[in-house]
Amino acid sequence: MSEKVCVIIGASHAGVNFAFSLRKEGFEGKIIMYDKDPVLPYHRPPLSKAYLTADTSIEDNCLKSKDSYLDENITLNLGVEVIDIHKESQKIILNNGEEQHYNYLILATGARPIIPPISGLKEAKHVYPLRTAGDVSNIKKWISTADSKRVVVIGGGYIGLETAASLKKMGTHVVVLEREERILARVTAPVMSEFFQKLHTDKDVDILTSKNVESINTDEEGVNTVQCSDGSSYAADMIIVGVGVNVNVSLAKKLNLEIENGIKVNEYTQTSLQNVYAIGDNTYHYNPHYKNWIRLESVQNAVDQAKVTAAHIVGNEKIYDTIPWFWSDQYDVKLQMVGLSQGYEELIVRKEETESIKFSVWYFKGDELLAVDAINNAKAYVIGTKFIKENKVIDKDKLKDVTTIFKPANLMMKEEV
Amino acid sequence: MAKITFVTKDNQEITVEGTSGSVMELAVKNNVKGIDGDCGGVCSCATCHVQVDAAHTDKTGVASEIEQDMLELDDDANEYSRLCCQLQVTEAMDGVVLNVVK
Repeated sequence: MSEKVCVIIGASHAGVNFAFSLRKEGFEGKIIMYDKDPVLPYHRPPLSKAYLTADTSIEDNCLKSKDSYLDENITLNLGVEVIDIHKESQKIILNNGEEQHYNYLILATGARPIIPPISGLKEAKHVYPLRTAGDVSNIKKWISTADSKRVVVIGGGYIGLETAASLKKMGTHVVVLEREERILARVTAPVMSEFFQKLHTDKDVDILTSKNVESINTDEEGVNTVQCSDGSSYAADMIIVGVGVNVNVSLAKKLNLEIENGIKVNEYTQTSLQNVYAIGDNTYHYNPHYKNWIRLESVQNAVDQAKVTAAHIVGNEKIYDTIPWFWSDQYDVKLQMVGLSQGYEELIVRKEETESIKFSVWYFKGDELLAVDAINNAKAYVIGTKFIKENKVIDKDKLKDVTTIFKPANLMMKEEV
Repeated sequence: MAKITFVTKDNQEITVEGTSGSVMELAVKNNVKGIDGDCGGVCSCATCHVQVDAAHTDKTGVASEIEQDMLELDDDANEYSRLCCQLQVTEAMDGVVLNVVK
């Protein structure tokens, strides 16, 4: 029997973790990866945080060293794009004309930043999204050479806010324009939005909400004027666009895969074609804990789906059922989140008795703990994780009472006799 | 320059040299099994858990509050546990032996 070939399209968190997990699972066939990004695969979360502000090279930020790929016999093809897939003959076609046959195909194609249809945005000067190492080097290059450093960030989500914090640290003047009435409106409770609004305001970053950007005019000197529908306008030497992503599904479409809010996959991350899997930001999957179909943009989702796929290919069945978790770092504040808060009915905010900022927000639906957002409070994060995972009921009164020593046993609801 | 030895779960001893950065980064660069560093070194994922050899704790110091909190409910954690993204490679670390937990 000839050697099996596993082809991976996309070499970021999902694709790279999958390749190494597959070897760890004992797969002996060929593993071949492709990515159009020419840079050795790197961690994405630091791009808007430590990597943006620090003077380190992207190699210090790599997911795996170059040698690791050689050691594990993983072929990494960077700077090439897969442009077509032939379903019947099971082969992919590259933009350089080459072809590669596969037995298993992994779509780890991720997502790309949305560039909204704002009049004048395409013609504006120094407009950058923040998704790739290339985007960051463009931003860094601009900062090191620009005389006037006024930045407008369009979008007050995590990427926009993290980038705003980093750019502030780097000595620029930053205004964030958010279309909704509050920042992080889609992902968190009003109390968290208020906290981050104040955090940025205290650091002299202007966070302006209910700001719908209507058009951008750029003068001969390359200065952009960002015009909002309420009549206000903001001068910008650089514009960061952080308004979310679109999933990359064009290759999935060529295979006629089932697509909803992403590529639909089963509990083993298989698509509607048995030997084609999808992992990472591009998947629309069922979460058995929340009993809901979801799409996630996170490292956790990428890494954990990658492990499930690797196990399934070698016949070690495990299903994807992780409780989602995320993090965000802005200034000296560390936010850790676990669970999905959608559909919550009650919030409990627990502020620890410390001088420094340390609190946690607990999202409940009835007695069920749905999610926890922890600010500088890893303990709340791990305790929340445990309660959600184990479906344990929390004694809300004890949770609210900050004199309760923060241990799972102390928060457990005593069973009625 | 510091020589650091990792002992993996399957008892492989890997000794590597480093001058700067975190111990997690050094381990990832050298493909040390069991050190994943999924979050890139910001103490968010706990996938770089090691236990410092009992004789070498003076080289590493004690775990910070966030490390202790992240590991508090981990059954494999003990008094020698560290998240090695929080350990910097310095001269003082020379000769340290770290047991990889996963």
